[in-house]
Amino acid sequence: MNCDASPPPLLHPRRLVSWGVLLAVLIVLPLLFSKGFALSLLCQIGIMVIFALSYNMLLGQTGLLSFGHAVYFGIGAFATMHTLNLLGKGGLPLPVTLLPLVGGLAGLLAGVLFGYVSTKRAGTAFAMISLGIGELVASASLMFPALFGGEGGISGNRVVGGAVLGISYGPQIEMYYLIVGWAFISMLAMYALTQTPLGCMANAVRDNPERVQFVGYDPQWVRFMMLVLSGGFAGIAGALSALNYEIVTAETLGAQTSGAVLMMAFVGGVGWFHGPIIGAVLITLLQIALSGLTKAWLFYFGLFFLCIVLYLPGGIASLLSMHQRLWKARLLGWVLPSYVRLALPLTLVACGLIGLVEMAYQRAEAAEIPLRLLGASIDVTLATPWLGALAALCGGLVLLRASWPAVTGAWRRALLRLESREET
Amino acid sequence: MEFVLVSLLNGITYGMLLFMLSSGLTLIFSMMGVLNFAHASFYMLGAYFAYQVSVILGFWPALLVAPLLVGLCGVLIERYGLRNAHKYGHVAELLFTFGLSFLIEEIVRLVWGKAAVDYRIPEALNGTLFTLFSSNFPIYKGFMMLVSVGMLLALYALLTRTRTGLIVQAALSRPDMVEALGHNVPRIFMLVFGGGVALAALAGVIGGNAFITEPGMAAAVGTIVFVVVVVGGLGSLAGAFVASLLIGIVQTFAVGLNVSITDIAALFGVELQASGAMARLTLTQLAPILPYLFMVAILVFRPRGLMGARES
Repeated sequence: MNCDASPPPLLHPRRLVSWGVLLAVLIVLPLLFSKGFALSLLCQIGIMVIFALSYNMLLGQTGLLSFGHAVYFGIGAFATMHTLNLLGKGGLPLPVTLLPLVGGLAGLLAGVLFGYVSTKRAGTAFAMISLGIGELVASASLMFPALFGGEGGISGNRVVGGAVLGISYGPQIEMYYLIVGWAFISMLAMYALTQTPLGCMANAVRDNPERVQFVGYDPQWVRFMMLVLSGGFAGIAGALSALNYEIVTAETLGAQTSGAVLMMAFVGGVGWFHGPIIGAVLITLLQIALSGLTKAWLFYFGLFFLCIVLYLPGGIASLLSMHQRLWKARLLGWVLPSYVRLALPLTLVACGLIGLVEMAYQRAEAAEIPLRLLGASIDVTLATPWLGALAALCGGLVLLRASWPAVTGAWRRALLRLESREET
Repeated sequence: MEFVLVSLLNGITYGMLLFMLSSGLTLIFSMMGVLNFAHASFYMLGAYFAYQVSVILGFWPALLVAPLLVGLCGVLIERYGLRNAHKYGHVAELLFTFGLSFLIEEIVRLVWGKAAVDYRIPEALNGTLFTLFSSNFPIYKGFMMLVSVGMLLALYALLTRTRTGLIVQAALSRPDMVEALGHNVPRIFMLVFGGGVALAALAGVIGGNAFITEPGMAAAVGTIVFVVVVVGGLGSLAGAFVASLLIGIVQTFAVGLNVSITDIAALFGVELQASGAMARLTLTQLAPILPYLFMVAILVFRPRGLMGARES
């Protein structure tokens, strides 16, 4: 993604092959996961991938930390819903397939409006302004029920007009292919953007705005352009979510959506183009899996995010690329055995933590009912399970500290070896 | 007249509470360059700790113990969390506090449950201080004002009149030089973080029972405090003070005034067609978004805020 590292051009044969493989996988996926639940999950992931990638245009590429990106997503969604309802009344001759363009345009316009105010500043001030604008739009949306539908939101029906070429968007599978089509186009466009002069200047503005001014560019203009374009892509994602769920509520605009997309991009890794894709897939799956398993899922979620910020600030993509480097040099075998020593401490920490959290929830909700965990029944009014979980947590942490040097040592040896090999 | 005076008093009380929050935030920001996203979460922790302590020991010990406990938590979080994130730059620090605010809210839910807790104003402060025309001014509001003014004076004296304050002020602008003179700057940072967070907790102790102590209270006040800090100018204590009072008073007046946009326009001699949803909105309905509108206006006309010095 860095321009100075000369990324493979978009039309390089190897790039073309990997884009082709991606497209083929996306087309074949629903044949493997054709169940209703899996298919709607895939649709959700597709929408979130576009949204997270558009977010990374700001955070990863321009260095703008935004706490209000849901504004563009939501405005795109509401604009699409209103257009859809107009179509239903026969007011507009526009196929549903092209509706995401309406959402993208709305996001783009919102980007022009709010970007003018917010890109005046960068850094921490930008983060706070984006938060303020997010709150402004979220609370204003509750004031205009005619436009935003109040608490209940507005809903519509995506099966309008006659079927074009036999596609009515009634079945979910047709919706899936609509989302995949738009997601693929958006991904290509956003990747292409990283290679344009604007994309390169955005990287420069992120790294050193002062020098950007010296070479004759206006950093504020670059920030503004990136925010407008990113708002447009977020609007496309919002439009697809409006079509997919057939309902848009004020929550779509709110702080929770903004927080979720921030987490997706960061957990995946903001320094890589494919980072937010990994993040969007992982977080969406985690949300579904965890929220079904435990009531404390938000707690685990927050803890996971904090651990990533503290110990893996490059996100999962950085972890993957580190291992890929060793894999290519056939040195992966040097570090993998050391991971085995982490298995016991990590299991202990996880068991202790999960035990404590689940018991705390049970105590706060219904202390008299024993907690059922992994097939065992635990009476949370007794002291023994609490002490046991605490001991497991502390013991695990001590063991983890003791076995950590083995991992770092193995890594150091592998990297030394790699460097000495590169020198010769 | 009565409405103006009562609203003014209420507005000042609310504004002073905002200043207790924004002063800690400003101190932490100007010293460490990190915007503490979780600041309002410590305000919430202050209220919950005070509730817990007041159940056991009563309100007065809680007034002292709860901020100290929260300050201690802040010191530990700075030492073992924020300082590690500091290596990776300001974005990582900001995201760390963002994740922290998320986690603290969940922990509060975990320990004290989802519903509001019964944290009440103590008996001794229950009653009317004085009657203004026909409105009663409660003792507790006077007490809140007393505490916040006392804190303001103490903070001012500490920063300008003591040796510690001198070193803190020096570390604000020239951390390298202060370090070269043999002071432990990371430790000063840690103590400032703990102190700022304790101020937020004190606001929580006296605000929690005046309003409501529930898991959503941090989110409710958090963004307003950020607005205050931006409007006042990032890193300016005096700016934070002015902006706190301004936003406190403006919001209190807006909630009390039941006039619509059309009425206001008529005041300026403009006749609006009272048909659109926009024209029928009253100021009371607009009150929640007024601070944000104010922030946007400040950013358009004076991007560095009321008293901000730096243009970043």
